[in-house]
Amino acid sequence: MINKKFLLLCILIFYPLKSMALIEVDITRGNLNPLPIAVSSISSSEADKVKLKKELKIDDIGLEISRVVENNLKTSGLFNPLDKEAFLQKPDIAHLKPRFEDWALIKAQALITGKINLKDGKLRVEFRLWDVLAGKEILALAFTTVPKNWRRIGHIITDKVYERLTGEKGYFDTRIIYVAEEGPKIQRIKKLAIMDQDGFNTKYLTLGNELVLTPRFNPTNQMVTYLSYFKNLPRVYLLDIETGIQEVVGDFPGMTFAPRFSPDGKKIIMSFAMDGKSDIYTMDLENRIVERITNHPSIDTSPSYSPDGKYIAFNSDRSGYQQIYVMKSDGSNVKRISFGNGLYGTPVWSPRGDLIAFTKLHKGKFYIGVMRTDGKGERLLTENYYQEAPSWSPNGRVLIFYRETKTDSKGEGFSAKLWSIDLTGYNERLVNTETDASDPSWSSLLSN
Amino acid sequence: MYKNIIISSGFHIFLIVIATLSLPFLAKKPIDLPPIISVELIQITDQTNIPFAPKAKKIIEEVKKKQEKLVSEQAPPKKVKKEKPDAIPLPDEKKEVVKKIEEKKQNPEKLDNEIKQVSEFEKDEMFDPNKIAALIDKSKEDLAETTKKLDKTTQSQDLNMNLTGLTLNEEDALKAQIFGCWSIPLGLPYNENLLVRIKLKLKPDGSVIKTEILDHARMNKPGQGFYKVLAESALRAIQLCQPLRVPTTGYERWKDLQLNFDAREMLEG
Repeated sequence: MINKKFLLLCILIFYPLKSMALIEVDITRGNLNPLPIAVSSISSSEADKVKLKKELKIDDIGLEISRVVENNLKTSGLFNPLDKEAFLQKPDIAHLKPRFEDWALIKAQALITGKINLKDGKLRVEFRLWDVLAGKEILALAFTTVPKNWRRIGHIITDKVYERLTGEKGYFDTRIIYVAEEGPKIQRIKKLAIMDQDGFNTKYLTLGNELVLTPRFNPTNQMVTYLSYFKNLPRVYLLDIETGIQEVVGDFPGMTFAPRFSPDGKKIIMSFAMDGKSDIYTMDLENRIVERITNHPSIDTSPSYSPDGKYIAFNSDRSGYQQIYVMKSDGSNVKRISFGNGLYGTPVWSPRGDLIAFTKLHKGKFYIGVMRTDGKGERLLTENYYQEAPSWSPNGRVLIFYRETKTDSKGEGFSAKLWSIDLTGYNERLVNTETDASDPSWSSLLSN
Repeated sequence: MYKNIIISSGFHIFLIVIATLSLPFLAKKPIDLPPIISVELIQITDQTNIPFAPKAKKIIEEVKKKQEKLVSEQAPPKKVKKEKPDAIPLPDEKKEVVKKIEEKKQNPEKLDNEIKQVSEFEKDEMFDPNKIAALIDKSKEDLAETTKKLDKTTQSQDLNMNLTGLTLNEEDALKAQIFGCWSIPLGLPYNENLLVRIKLKLKPDGSVIKTEILDHARMNKPGQGFYKVLAESALRAIQLCQPLRVPTTGYERWKDLQLNFDAREMLEG
């Protein structure tokens, strides 16, 4: 009885506290507009400018680095670099202490400033990232390298800024390997080529005497595997980009397709075609032992490991039409995951592990799309008459692929180009290449 | 005896202290008056029986006649509609129809003068004295409905004010403002527990005096980079939006406000 009275008393005393509770408002939506960012020119002394101009034949290296950063941020689709003409503060003063009111006035929410020093022939670039609205510095780093690496510094700065402002790793200090194509369609010369992700610094790795196909980066280092024809027989090659050393992994019976590295870089997974069927095999690069993964009287090809190495996605026509399947890395527990209309192929597991990119052919059109690893949530990102071979950026946010188009209005002639698209499907861009290009593969970050 | 009195007084003092601290009506807070709405009271009789002046009567009769004419001559626009073919004509036929319509538009003299003079708006403006009573009745009904609505709104507003602090309209206005200012970092994963709760102290004009991230410890924890990025974006949104769109009255209610930023819905979509 006493307890009940006490309880009642407590309720009467403490109930009014509820009326004093803090007002809460849930904000569940925002805008997806690119973040306005000001990239101030990287300042340097006049003496250093003259020395660098002699060495690199560039008038203002600081300005050029800031342009690399600007271009990277713009192509990501997440940032809106503001016009330098609108800047009210000089780069050197802004680097010491920005007048945040001036930067807020031109609607900048973030500001990048920097300074270059040349010492003992080495370039030292420091940069700061400022939160304009909070009025504080949020990142400051310095890099030292040889002057000719100035573009890479721009890419590394972009990576750091991107990571600090979006929360995910960048993908700018990376390279893309692809098949450079020249000449008419029936006598096409195909060479292996490599370039920075923004299309600069292109180098050709093969001479074009033999046909090359499907180059793929090792996710852990700068090794590449690709397929090349020698005396009309396909061979799988390994190429070390840093040293240029190339070796043949092996001659395999029948046709070999789509070699790709395992996530730890120790195995190559590929498909061999024999007697009218094709199966998936792996090869251990240390002991060269080949292991059969699938054994089905159908065409199984385009295998791709999940980032943890536990699963493999591949395409197969075992259901009658080409569809995407997922299995355990030992070949057990095969499950079909694509059930939409049309044919599905070239599955590529995202480095984040959450999505699988694919090419879809439906009613004469090719689509590049993504689906979750259980096949749900299919989203088609881009549509065209011929496009395929998606490859993920190392942060799993952007896909690069190639698209063939007719070059004139009569529908004659053709051209193959690299394109990139991000996961939103809105930010589609042509990637500049010196020649026609196909079969791109994105490297991991060069600097971690 | 004394012991019991001391215990009793002790409990009484405890109760008074607790009640003073917790019961809001005991705390001396400035009285928060609701906004004053001026209401003009007008009494209207059910019917007005003022006889028309002879001149006015004539004018009204003339207008009535004109209106009758107008009503009977409203057919031409319908004719135009009828002229429109039901099926899509062949290219040659189509050209003819277009020509016909153009001719009508380009030759206004062909149109009836009376139709030309009277527009739909003018027709609406002409009133029928016989309908005045009906109009007054309708206005009374409207007034009654509006009063009912107002009564309801006031009650619900009061309820909302007491329970949540902001009415739905006030909350929507604030949300809409912040939606526009918050650039969601698109690189964040949608499947992580990323809810940023920020407590604000506001000035009466909606500008922000102080912001406090309630789970501040997460900001500097290793492996909480995503949380930090989201929290910073939320703080930027608040800075960008201020002064916030807060109600013009009831400062005591919303001077302390908590915003819960949750981007999962957007990132998942």
